[in-house]
Amino acid sequence: MSTSVSPVSAPRATRLGALWNSAVGKKALMAVTGIVLFLFVLVHMIGNLQVFQGAEKINHYAELLRISLPFLWFTRIVLLVAVFVHALAGIELWMERQRARPVGYQDYRPVVSSTASRTMIWSGLLILGFVVYHLLDLTIGVVNPRFEHGQVFANIVASLSRAVGATIYVVAMVGLGFHLWHGLYSMFQSLGLSNRGISPTIQKFAIGFAVLLTLGFSAVPLAVILGFVG
Amino acid sequence: MRITLDIWRQKNPRDPGRFERFEVPNINEHMSFLEMLDVLNQQLVSEGKEPVAFDSDCREGICGMCGFLINGEAHGPLRNATVCQTHMRHFKDGDVLRLEPWRAAAFPVLRDLIVDRSALDRIIASGGYTSTRTGSAAEANQILVSKPYADKAMEAAACIGCGACVASCPNAAAALFTGAKIAHLAHLPQGQPERMARALSMTSQAHAEGFGHCTTIGECEAVCPAGIKLEVISMMNKDVIKATLGGRASEMQTLAALPPSAAMRFFESEPPKKEQ
Repeated sequence: MSTSVSPVSAPRATRLGALWNSAVGKKALMAVTGIVLFLFVLVHMIGNLQVFQGAEKINHYAELLRISLPFLWFTRIVLLVAVFVHALAGIELWMERQRARPVGYQDYRPVVSSTASRTMIWSGLLILGFVVYHLLDLTIGVVNPRFEHGQVFANIVASLSRAVGATIYVVAMVGLGFHLWHGLYSMFQSLGLSNRGISPTIQKFAIGFAVLLTLGFSAVPLAVILGFVG
Repeated sequence: MRITLDIWRQKNPRDPGRFERFEVPNINEHMSFLEMLDVLNQQLVSEGKEPVAFDSDCREGICGMCGFLINGEAHGPLRNATVCQTHMRHFKDGDVLRLEPWRAAAFPVLRDLIVDRSALDRIIASGGYTSTRTGSAAEANQILVSKPYADKAMEAAACIGCGACVASCPNAAAALFTGAKIAHLAHLPQGQPERMARALSMTSQAHAEGFGHCTTIGECEAVCPAGIKLEVISMMNKDVIKATLGGRASEMQTLAALPPSAAMRFFESEPPKKEQ
């Protein structure tokens, strides 16, 4: 074989661009955007639990979130950018992965890796699809059977008291749990913050929050469909 | 004992290849796996057939030449060991074993179970060294290295470059290999001057060779015969991010303009000569 070396990609204009151009950098960007999205879902889950405190409480909370239009849009744009960067980097890396092993194994047996870690692209796409449905359901309201702007509690009950609605939410939250199970652990490695001493603790933190968020989010659809709320 | 083998046969890199079944009766359980293949090959040669091609050299787990998948596991079922350190007593009489070469775009199959791993050599050539001005030998204790760092460097340096990490990675990433080489030098004072350039150069070379990216699933660490830890990848990531975001602008431009293997030359350039 030749010992020639292929040239690196064209000179990179900015440092962020340079980060995007390398696989390690893309993973770092995925970790940073992942942290943003994790913090969002954590706050979202805690906010959701106010459903159990009655219609007035959750409706008031929803109003509170919209008290400042610039802040609302700032948050929305940050989240949209985070989702876009995270998903695009993930999909690009996944496509690169297909090129890295064009001929697959006849027989390949994972030794230690979790199912969650090997299915990040699929849990990620599931969450992406769910986010679109969720916005159409409870923000825009076009797929909600009885949508009324501002009536958050009534809208939630209308959507989740249908078996199909509740199922979609619970399935998506299990997917989110899988994604966080590995993502919350992997992000430390991607940013170079992991080492053998701290790794088991990070693993526990990841599993803990994955379970917490899945249960916390699933509590609302389960409570509605089972008739505890509504 | 009697073993049935499904071995990948491929005449050359262009041959599509296929599995071929062999029966090997009368195996002594104290044979190493490669000795068992030697017996098979002797049998094949005596029948006038083409022997199975596989890599091997030291046959004691330190050279990194041997390696293929046994039933879907890189280097077979024995952990922290190469194929040559695996003995037939680790299998049962009547077992059917599938032998498959490392598979990655960067590791083209040359013949049967032999793949071309020179991509790993090119990653080393792109930065897996320190630039040292030679002269009379330096005093051995001139640069002191504290024990914890020496141990970590030694641990990372244990990588034998067999390629099992690439083979076991679903993304065919060379992250554990590249990370080990980067961490080995990053733990030592001698590695510091070129540390940032090395991280950029070696990772961009790995990318250019067509290796995938790391998703921290940990398969590489599990099959590594040298026991390289996943944390070397974390260290590599940190250095790459630092070098990309924190390096001086002039350094970055120079690095970006050079081919990866030459990236380190920036630091190798001769210092201004003193007036005679």
